[in-house]
Amino acid sequence: MTPRRRRMVLVGLVLAGIVVSAALALRAFQLNLQYFFSPTQVAEGEVADARNFRLGGMVLEESVVREEGSLTVSFVVTDYLHSVPVEYTGVLPDLFQEGKGVVTLGRMEPSGRFVAEQVLAKHDENYMPPEVAEALEQAREREQL
Amino acid sequence: MKLPRWFHRFGSAPYVYGLAGLLSPWVGGIAVLLIAAGTYGGLVLAPADYLQGDSFRIIYIHVPSAYVSMMAYVILAVAAAIGFIWRLKLAHAVAVSIAPIGASFTFLALATGAIWGKPTWGTFWQWTDPRIMFELLLLFLYLGYMALRAAFEDRDKADRVSAILGVVGVVNVPIIHYSVIWWNSLHQGPTIARLDGPTITLDMLAPLLIMIAGFTFCFAWLLLSRLQGEIVRREYATRWLRELLAGSPG
Repeated sequence: MTPRRRRMVLVGLVLAGIVVSAALALRAFQLNLQYFFSPTQVAEGEVADARNFRLGGMVLEESVVREEGSLTVSFVVTDYLHSVPVEYTGVLPDLFQEGKGVVTLGRMEPSGRFVAEQVLAKHDENYMPPEVAEALEQAREREQL
Repeated sequence: MKLPRWFHRFGSAPYVYGLAGLLSPWVGGIAVLLIAAGTYGGLVLAPADYLQGDSFRIIYIHVPSAYVSMMAYVILAVAAAIGFIWRLKLAHAVAVSIAPIGASFTFLALATGAIWGKPTWGTFWQWTDPRIMFELLLLFLYLGYMALRAAFEDRDKADRVSAILGVVGVVNVPIIHYSVIWWNSLHQGPTIARLDGPTITLDMLAPLLIMIAGFTFCFAWLLLSRLQGEIVRREYATRWLRELLAGSPG
């Protein structure tokens, strides 16, 4: 084996080793690398309930209720399979909307209600001008009729 | 395996130095034109987003920076591997020249992401978000590569050792790209690189593609001039360089 061939094999082996160990490490930390848990994961008991965690999903349409005279808001986070009611006191981000993504940090109460300390909006990968969004919305409504 | 014969011209420092000097103004000119056109398109011609309004326009800096930060690392890793295997000094010189440029674009991607995050997500920074974490790791890889080199007195040794770190770190690049698919993330999924086509309208996409091309040319421009500097640093004792510098005006 020439020195050059030996170096080539060395680089190949080191790279292969790193790929395999990175893949194993990322698989092992799969759950810890999740930024948030979905309502289904919560329902299936993947979250230890005593600690703070992030709950993420969509804000259910027509579920946002604002308490008169305070900053307290309640809404339902859903992944359209399971839902979790959430309560939050504070200022919501501008992009917080019904039917849009949201990530909340807080803890589960024994009653099954999630009390959030922080609410972040998660916007999706769709970008379009308002007219296009409006036209899509109208088309969807027409389909439903 | 042998390198193709034409490739060996790139092992000649005077040839590469001259070629870089020849290409540099053209590449730089194209970069300026594309970035000017993309900026006008992105800030003036493109419509505001239906949800994010005008704050989405930071996409025209954020996405090209993030793209170049990853592309630059792949080039660094390939150059480092070629330098390590074929003992090609100029390949190491390319890797060395890329590191600070790549680090700058990575920083730009992180900074513009934070600025974008505040009005949209409601937060500048989330330590546990996988996309943010792995992009930060990319910054540390660039800085680590530079720090590791600085730890060696002997340039040949620095070349060989840092090349291994450069090659190994390339594993992080696909992880950054797939982080929003493999895990739940605050960062949204891919918009352009997806099987069912981009989920952005053409009038918003066109300036973005122009900006990505512009940033790529800008990267190439910076690389060419840094590479010239690196060659001067490595070859300052050689005759060809002294003759060239003595012959040049000023």
